Amino acid sequence: MFDIAVIGAGVVGGMVARELSRYKLSICILEKESDVAMGATKANSAIVHAGFDAKEGSLKALLNVKGSEMMEQITKELGVKYQKNGSLVVGFNDEDEKTLVELKKRGEINGVKGLEILKGDALLAEEPNIGETVTVALFAPTGAIVCPYELCIAAVGNAIDNGAELKTGFEVTGLEPIEGGYRVFSGESYIDARYVVNCAGVWSDNVAAMAGDESFTVFPRRGEYMLLDKECGGLVKHTIFRCPSNMGKGVLVSPTVDGNLLLGPTAENIEDKYDTSTTAKGLGFVRSSASQQVKGIEFGKVITSFTGLRSVGSTGDFIINVPKPHFVNCAGIESPGLSSSPAIAEYVAELLKENGLVLEAKTDFVAERKPAHWFRELDIDGKNEVIKEHPEYAHVICRCETVSEGEILEAIRTNPRPTDVDGVKRRTRATMGRCQGGFCTPYIVELLAKEMGVPYDQITKFGGESYINVGKTKGRV
Amino acid sequence: MTERRKTDLVIVGGGPAGMAAAVKAYEDGIRDILILERDTALGGILRQCIHNGFGLHRFGEELTGPEYAYRYEKQVREYGIPFMTDTMVIDIDENRTVTAMNKENGIFLIEAGAVILAMGCRERPKGALNIAGRRPAGIYTAGTAQKFVNMKGYMPGKEVVILGSGDIGLIMARRMTLEGAKVKAVCELMPYSGGLARNIEQCLNDFDIPLMLSHTVVEIHGGNRVTGVTIAKVDENRRPIEETRQYIPCDTLLLSCGLIPENELTKSAGITLDRITNGAVVDGSRETEIPGIFACGNVLHVHDLVDYVSEEAVIAGEAAVRFIRGESVKNADIRLKTDGKIRYTVPQRITEMKDTTVYFRVSDVFRDKKVTVKAGDSVLISKKKQKLAPGEMETVKLTKEMLENAGAGELFFSLED
Repeated sequence: MFDIAVIGAGVVGGMVARELSRYKLSICILEKESDVAMGATKANSAIVHAGFDAKEGSLKALLNVKGSEMMEQITKELGVKYQKNGSLVVGFNDEDEKTLVELKKRGEINGVKGLEILKGDALLAEEPNIGETVTVALFAPTGAIVCPYELCIAAVGNAIDNGAELKTGFEVTGLEPIEGGYRVFSGESYIDARYVVNCAGVWSDNVAAMAGDESFTVFPRRGEYMLLDKECGGLVKHTIFRCPSNMGKGVLVSPTVDGNLLLGPTAENIEDKYDTSTTAKGLGFVRSSASQQVKGIEFGKVITSFTGLRSVGSTGDFIINVPKPHFVNCAGIESPGLSSSPAIAEYVAELLKENGLVLEAKTDFVAERKPAHWFRELDIDGKNEVIKEHPEYAHVICRCETVSEGEILEAIRTNPRPTDVDGVKRRTRATMGRCQGGFCTPYIVELLAKEMGVPYDQITKFGGESYINVGKTKGRV
Repeated sequence: MTERRKTDLVIVGGGPAGMAAAVKAYEDGIRDILILERDTALGGILRQCIHNGFGLHRFGEELTGPEYAYRYEKQVREYGIPFMTDTMVIDIDENRTVTAMNKENGIFLIEAGAVILAMGCRERPKGALNIAGRRPAGIYTAGTAQKFVNMKGYMPGKEVVILGSGDIGLIMARRMTLEGAKVKAVCELMPYSGGLARNIEQCLNDFDIPLMLSHTVVEIHGGNRVTGVTIAKVDENRRPIEETRQYIPCDTLLLSCGLIPENELTKSAGITLDRITNGAVVDGSRETEIPGIFACGNVLHVHDLVDYVSEEAVIAGEAAVRFIRGESVKNADIRLKTDGKIRYTVPQRITEMKDTTVYFRVSDVFRDKKVTVKAGDSVLISKKKQKLAPGEMETVKLTKEMLENAGAGELFFSLED
């Protein structure tokens, strides 16, 4: 029997598992997909929000401000890229200015530091490419950017390195109360755990219902994004938000920690929890909104577009509670979920403690994880030192992002281990450049097949039946 | 310490352009040459082009891609021209210092007397097309599919729709069919195909594969793998017409929507690119604006025949040798301008008074026009053409006399009635 079963290996589940792995606990992370970070975690705005949006007194406000403060340290420990680039919420008229002043007040109550209203030359000095019709902005110097799937992978990896177990392809289909805990089923197979933490994202209401908690629902809110070539990453320094509406924070224009430019999201409430499609209308909206906020966006340099589904809870706030003994909800974690995730993890640990779990610190807990991008950070001499011992670091597989065979093999061998092409992508950036895998996909498939000891045509894009190839040539299809 | 070496001529890319340039430079007397190739063997993309049709202009016979490449590789080997494979160039600076890496040498620097850029091009990916819908497995560029089928021996799918009628897409329509797949349609956004006429005949018509002009893919369906695409006809502004939407079940979408010269290194050297060709701005000798750095082949502008690539590489190879010997001649400064119907010219400028062949492409399909070259009001060339199409590269020859008579300044290329 495990002490803890964490359902869902998104950034919230990952951070919860990592936090709990500090203690003498046996932990099992259950993930229905082939890899971690497969839900909202892999498709969101990648922002560490300063914390002025959430309504004062809410869990969102509390955990956002705290999480945002913890993020710098935690990303350092986990070797994840983080950049405090500051954010600007831009307005276009007097009405917006009033809203921004309100936001500033709210932010100050929430404890956000350094907020400032900027106009005219002061605004232009901060951000020269700001849209021409922008009249006013709220500046938050503590706003930051982080790579959400990198954070999740690192958190899960660190949890595994500290003793946790990850089961992928384990879609929870039922929960059965047993003596002192729950039996967690995935079809026929099951595991037993004393405590279950529900971090199932858009599916967290379904999981809660399995435990008999039907007090809330979660619906998916579609957000469509466009990602531009690294050539465009320097267009803005800050994350440029639009003055918020009742559908959320609107479209943002932001550099990413990897140097691309990100535009989006839309906000559309839908019903299908699988529907990650982009729409012509949505992308058109992103385009027109972004163009008002920032000038000079080269839409010809879009390299990909994608959709994320935020899990919006029916209560309007994060739903973190203990509805049944031995069962903790971490549901409705929409924005600012990523920002809050380190604080959510601590909050959950505290809840578990209040509910009878003994938290005894491990003496051998290792907080640090080797950065996934350690090789690229070396100077030429440093790289050559490595190459002398490991020549495969000099064999470039992904040309656009300059990712070597050594880096790909290392990723395949590092916890949590990827088993498909997209998994390698999220860990190494191979296929993520301007050719989007046109040249390197066949080589990555080869490396995966060899490392995993499976036939070439068994390699998938993202698990399940998402095969890259459907068989051999010469009529053997 | 990082290894630093000196080489007279560094050629970046060992495809048809790089090899032809190396052979020419060798024949003109330069021996200290180094070809750097990122793939496992010389030959570039020709290695996966196992169909025939290469070499008609250059060798007067029809060769397959690997055969064409081998003609040059054989010469490279016979001459003993040094080359490194599995070697990636990661930087070139304005002083012609080339940074490269491979397993044997690690990361090393080469101070080059001259550099020829011959990195080729890549295909436009799906993301750049902003097609709505899902992102399942089964969406590949035609070239990636070609690599899977021809080099790896695996089928990327069984029921195929192809978006874009570029030559690789047309070739792959036939290839997939021959391998037992069903190619249901080739959709082309434009009212004409960007591919060669002979490929439309031999790869589509001969196999009854429908070419749907003025059609595009508006939505991709599927979960794990592609399950179908929705296509639609487009109006004259290339906007999809709602009521023409139709669903085609398929498990694969191949994209053949244009090629983009791979000029990351060119940019790292600080060389200005032509916004139309996406390649460097060059003079008649294919020299970029940085002295001693030349470019040829698909990295300069996308060619439709490899024969022209070789032709252009010879010009660059010859000029690089003259540069290394200090024999370059710069006695002119003429800019070549176009009217838009002619989209671009290569070269974009002429810096030497000598006979110069100018390559160009048109922006649309035109019939019964005169290709006209003017210097001010005086017409230097007026050549009648029955048909011009964006998919077919055209040439005009400017003689030394014409250039001298034109004097300095500008030559204007246009299509006249």
